[in-house]
Parts: sequence; structure tokens; C-alpha cells
Amino acid sequence: MAVVFQRPHALTDAPFHYCPGCTHGIVHRLVAEVIDELGIEGKTVGVASVGCSVMSYDYFNCDMVQAPHGRAPAVATGLKRARPENVVFTYQGDGDLAAIGTAETVHAATRGENITVIFINNAIYGMTGGQMAPTSLPGQVTQTTPYGRDVKTAGYPIRVCEMLSTLDGVALAQRVTVDCVKNVNIAKKAIRKAFENQIAGRGYSIVEVVSTCPTNWGLTPKEALEWLRNNMLPYYPLGVYKDVAPEGGAK
Amino acid sequence: MPEKVLMKGNEALAEAAIQAGCRHFFGYPITPQTELAAYMSKRMPKVGGTYLQAESEVAAVNMVLGAAAAGVRAMTSSSSPGISLKTEGISYMAGSDLPALIINVQRGGPGLGGIQPSQADYWQATRATGHGDFQILVFAPSTVQEMVNLVSDAFDLADQYRMPAMILADGMLGQMMEPVALPENSGKTLPEKPWSASGHHGERKHNVVNSLYLTPQALESLIRDRFHRYEVIREKEQRAEEYLTEDADVVLVAYGASSRVARSAVEAARENGIKAGLIRPITLWPYPVDAIERAIPTVKAFLSVEMSMGQMVDDVKLAVNGRRPVYFYGRTGGMIPTPNEVLEEIRKIAGGM
Amino acid sequence: MDHLHLILAGFGGQGILFAGKVAAYAGLFDQKEISWLPSYGPEMRGGTANCSVCISNRPIGSPLVVNPNALIVMNRPSLDKFAGAMVPGGVAVVDSALIDKKIDRADVTAYYLPATSMAEEHGLRGLANMILIGKLFRETSFCTEESLWKAIEKCVPARKAEMLGLNKEALRLGMEYQG
Repeated sequence: MAVVFQRPHALTDAPFHYCPGCTHGIVHRLVAEVIDELGIEGKTVGVASVGCSVMSYDYFNCDMVQAPHGRAPAVATGLKRARPENVVFTYQGDGDLAAIGTAETVHAATRGENITVIFINNAIYGMTGGQMAPTSLPGQVTQTTPYGRDVKTAGYPIRVCEMLSTLDGVALAQRVTVDCVKNVNIAKKAIRKAFENQIAGRGYSIVEVVSTCPTNWGLTPKEALEWLRNNMLPYYPLGVYKDVAPEGGAK
Repeated sequence: MPEKVLMKGNEALAEAAIQAGCRHFFGYPITPQTELAAYMSKRMPKVGGTYLQAESEVAAVNMVLGAAAAGVRAMTSSSSPGISLKTEGISYMAGSDLPALIINVQRGGPGLGGIQPSQADYWQATRATGHGDFQILVFAPSTVQEMVNLVSDAFDLADQYRMPAMILADGMLGQMMEPVALPENSGKTLPEKPWSASGHHGERKHNVVNSLYLTPQALESLIRDRFHRYEVIREKEQRAEEYLTEDADVVLVAYGASSRVARSAVEAARENGIKAGLIRPITLWPYPVDAIERAIPTVKAFLSVEMSMGQMVDDVKLAVNGRRPVYFYGRTGGMIPTPNEVLEEIRKIAGGM
Repeated sequence: MDHLHLILAGFGGQGILFAGKVAAYAGLFDQKEISWLPSYGPEMRGGTANCSVCISNRPIGSPLVVNPNALIVMNRPSLDKFAGAMVPGGVAVVDSALIDKKIDRADVTAYYLPATSMAEEHGLRGLANMILIGKLFRETSFCTEESLWKAIEKCVPARKAEMLGLNKEALRLGMEYQG
């Protein structure tokens, strides 16, 4: 019988702990498929960051290091500088990357640190139970913005790809989502390119995945995707914000 | 025997680390340790190593964590306020059983404090270089030559026991020059690190370097294992120098810069007919309780001499456990005690016996 | 001299630390125990600079000299700060071109020489420090002469080789100064 669908080798058989409708699972799978396709599992080291995805070290089959909150880019820098022949990626959420680890993110990017960054932006803190994230939308109700995010007191959300695209060290800054088959395919191409850039030595590549958190948004999985399309995508437009090798990427 | 050269303590630490096989240094400038980073920035490119000036001490220590996880010898250095920032990473490294070297060239605190030499980070180094139940190895050199010697020992023991090691120096030792004979690169092969996240190359299961354990039973059991290792270290790795202690009535206990002052005071006391001696801890963790124990039968009193308001004196008291009086003399805020001040304390104690 | 506890003090830029290093290396070449400890930090930038040098037959305790038995001073604040701390019988060498004050103590020996003007007159600008070291050597023999010449050769970096002769000339000037 022909196998038409199977678990990528780069994923372990540990069952995901993610909530129903959470897009972490899809993104994990895309990363794993890319690792398989590029044949790099044996020399890939992933950095798990604090947040819902911290236990991704149990899901990816490559070597994994768990970093302190926000420090994944620094840990990845150490891993990559120690063994430049390896492929190093971080998998970070919005709190990790754009709040507590903003300095590490900006400086790894501006150094052109030759790493791949997968950035999950779901506009909320998932693991701690639904508090405001740096990317929570104006007016968005969270546990710590019970009357909606008031930009006068809580400030504005950060658009990470736009910000990082101003830095010379960045090779790729692309925002994608995984709400439908078409967008999943685009996301996979972007992730693949972010890994290929590293193999080609092009510098810091970040793929921001606009994601859902049905549990903490208080929506069903289907409603969550609707909410993402209607609220997040207008604020966080999909697209390529920087690409130093528009032709030289995926074949 | 290599020719002796004059080197600043900070530069000697850096060169010694390179000789010990360290090729990855991540730092951030702070007085009075900056010469160490500057030396590394000059030397590392010439030996095919990495020098990286991080955006903060926090980033630097986490780069060390990453490099250590990849299985190489990595280090960072800073001074007191910067070490506070590094404590997060040190705790994570201890919790992930990662070996690395951290150097603290202490200055006066708390807060921004001052920039003159101090030993006020003793509690931090030996009790709490971060949150959680853990210890790190702590070495306290008192000469530039000893700084050189302890660097390779610190790396070796950190690797052997899979834990972070610290060299607790101070502004005086970092800034002063003394003659040193640098070790020739021993060329010894560094230990294999089969646990490292260096890529499994299809030859083994994936390695995970991690400090997260959500089930309390698992975490407790892991920590208990680690503490069994600490017990072995307490038994095997204590180091201290005992100077004129055999017949001493008053034994001073001092490490690092203050031990140099204490030694001068002991000699002056002997010239004045007072039988004084010195125990100089070389490891601060594990604390050299055996050396204290050896002195107890003959000694009448102990005097801890520190450049702090009295931190190590706690460990002296724990070791003495009430069997002899333990006195303290210290200067703080960047002040260095003089031998005469210490001699005066010795006189007072000897006079009261 | 059995042990030298030297303080060199002046303004940043006068070569105080360098002069201390030359003295320290001379001790090293004599197979003595030595230490060199600078003042450091913001005060170095244009402010006062000083350094402690110990040369001894025995291991050196505190490298911080509190009561010097030898003193080289190149500005008035340093003379005010350190002259009173000298041990009885100590030797002070004072750059009288920069300091118009005398040391008001009968129990120390002070030598006054206008090192900065001497350096200017001999085309040795910036080398008053070496003139003063030369004078200290002449009056105390804190090291052997052979080691002192060796030390200056060691301390002048190869990329400034042209400075070596000038440094030696300055040392000689100090050694030969009468008064």
C-alpha cells in the first residue's frame, strides 16, 4: 500500500500537548518537513523558548536546548558560534521574542547571526493563561487588559517583521499564517527559505507565523481562525518584508 | 620552565583560558574586568576562536550557555553588577548540568557601588548565583600566578562534574601585575561530551539540554542526584593553604586579596611575639572545612579578614561550630584593610586570651 | 635596599604607570618578588594617577603600598597626599619643575630635580618619568643597574623602538643629576 501521509522523521512520536485548534502543531510539522527535505536533522539543533512551545524539545527529533525566557537568540548564538557547521533554529513566541527577549532578538538580528527564527505571534500569553502580549491588538481583552488594551496606558503592539527589516543583518523577514491550505504552503516555503539562508550563510532569517490561541481567546478553533483573519491580519499584513536573496532561495 | 613575564591579573586570566582550550568568550565591558575582554578580543581571532561583545551581560551568559550546550569550553567575565545579571543564566546552566567558567572581578556594591576592589559578592558566589537549589565551584586565587593555575583547574573540574565554575577575583588582583609563568598549551585532549547538543548525525537519539521538569518527583530526584555529586565534591575538592598554623594561637582566615594583607599581618604578629597563622581558602565552594578542623585542637581563636562587612565569617563559624571564638575584621566599599589594622585586631584577640 | 615599597604619583599622561612597570621589571630581572598595582577607573582620565610597586626578597603581602619607603611625585596633590605617609628613613624624588613645595619632614630624604624642564631641554619631552626613576635608582640602588637597562628594553614596545634610546638617555640624565 502506498504511503501518502506520515509523520516527518524530524518529529518524535510524543503526542503534542497543545490545545485543540492551536496552530503550533501545524508549524511544528512544517519545520520538521523542511528539516527532512533538506536532510539536516543530524546537524540541526533547535532552541526551545519559554512559553507554550517550551516542550518542543520533546517533539523535535534533532538535538534541542531549552533557553531561559527571551534568551533563545543568545543561546542560539552560542550554539552556532561553537559549531558553525550545524543548523541552529529558535522557536519563539511573542512574549519571548518581542517582550522579554527584545534586546536579544534585535541584536542577534543586527549582528546578522546566521540562525533561523520561527516566531509564533498569537497576540496573547498562552502558557500563563491569557495575559496581554506585546502583540495584543488595541482594544483586545486579555486577563491583564480586562477592559481591552488601552494604547494610552499599555502602548501599541509591536510589528516585529517591519521593525527587524530595517536592520542590515537580516536576510529574511517574512510574515505568514497557516489558516488555510494556500497559506500553509506559503508558510512552508518561507520556513524552507529561512533554513536555506542559514545553510548558504546569509544571516538572520525570521518567519513570523500569525497564529491562534483558541483557548485564551475564548473561541472555538474555527472562530479563532475567523478572528485571526478579521483582526490580526489587518494589523499584521502578510508578506515579505525583507529578502536579500529573492531568487536564490527555494528551488 | 617558560620565562616569567609581568601580566595584569585580568590579562593572565584570559591567556590562561586560551591555554586551557577555551575558544569561546562572550563578554560585556565593565570596570575593573575590562582588560580581560579586551585581551580576548585581541587574541581569540588569532587562535581561531570566538570573541563576541554581547548586548548585555544577560545575553553574554546565555551565549555561554549555548556554546557550553554545544560541548565546547566557553566562558564569560564581569564584575559584581554584571554578575547579578548573569545569575539567571548561571542558574539555568546549573539546572542543565552545563560546565562553563564565569569570572567575577569584584568591586564594591550594592547597586552600582564603586569600582574599587571588594569581596562583597561572597554570599552571592557561594550561596545564590541564581535561584534554586544548586552550587557552583568557586575558586579564590590570591596571586596572578594562581589565577593562571586555577583557570585550567576550574575548566577541568567543571567538565568533570558538569557544573559551572567561578573564579572569584577582585579589582586588586585583576588590575595588579605580577610575574607569571604561563603554562605551555598542554595539548591534552578535552573530555568527550556525549550529552551535548552538537547534532546527533543519525548516530544516537536526540539530546535535550534542559532544566524544566514539571513533575515534582522528577525534579526532586534530579536535584538529589546533583547533591550527591556535590557531596563527592565536598569530600574531594576542598583546597586551602595553611600558613604557620601548627603552633598558632590566633588563626586568620582570609582569601584572595585580603589574604595577602592577612599574611603580612601574621608575619608582623610573629615579629611581635604573637603566634598567629593563616588559613587561606582556595576553594570557597566547597569550603575547606577540613583545614579549619585541623586547626581547632591547637588554636585559641579565629579571625576572618575580608573586604566586606563579614560574609565568609559565616562559613568559618559553621566549620568551627561554637568550639572556638570567631572574630571578624573587614573593610568594605572598595577599601583595602592594611596589615597594621589587622595586626591591631590580632593584638586585641591575643590580649584577651 | 632590602625591600622597596614605592609609590609613583602624578597626573594621568605623565607616564606614572609606565615608570612603575620599568621599576617592577628591574626587580623581576634581579630575581626578586615584585608587584605593580595601579590606581584605576575614571580618576585615570586626566586626573591623578598613581601606582604601587613592591620589590622584595620575600613573597609580597598587600601590593597596595600604604606607607612607602620610596616616593616619586610629579604633582603637588600627590606630594600632599603621600609625603606624610612615608616611613622614617624613606627617600622621595620630587619633580621640582612642577612642584614648588618642599617636603616638611626631617626624617625622610628628599631630592628635588626639575625633571620636566630637564626633559624639555634635552629633547626628551614626556620622559621626565624616566629621569625620576634614574634619580631614585642612583639614591637607593633599588635594583642592579644591569637589570634597570634590561627593564627599559623590555618595556619599550617594539613598535616604538625609536623611543628606546630616548628613554635610556632620560634614565642616564636622572642617574647623573647632582643635587
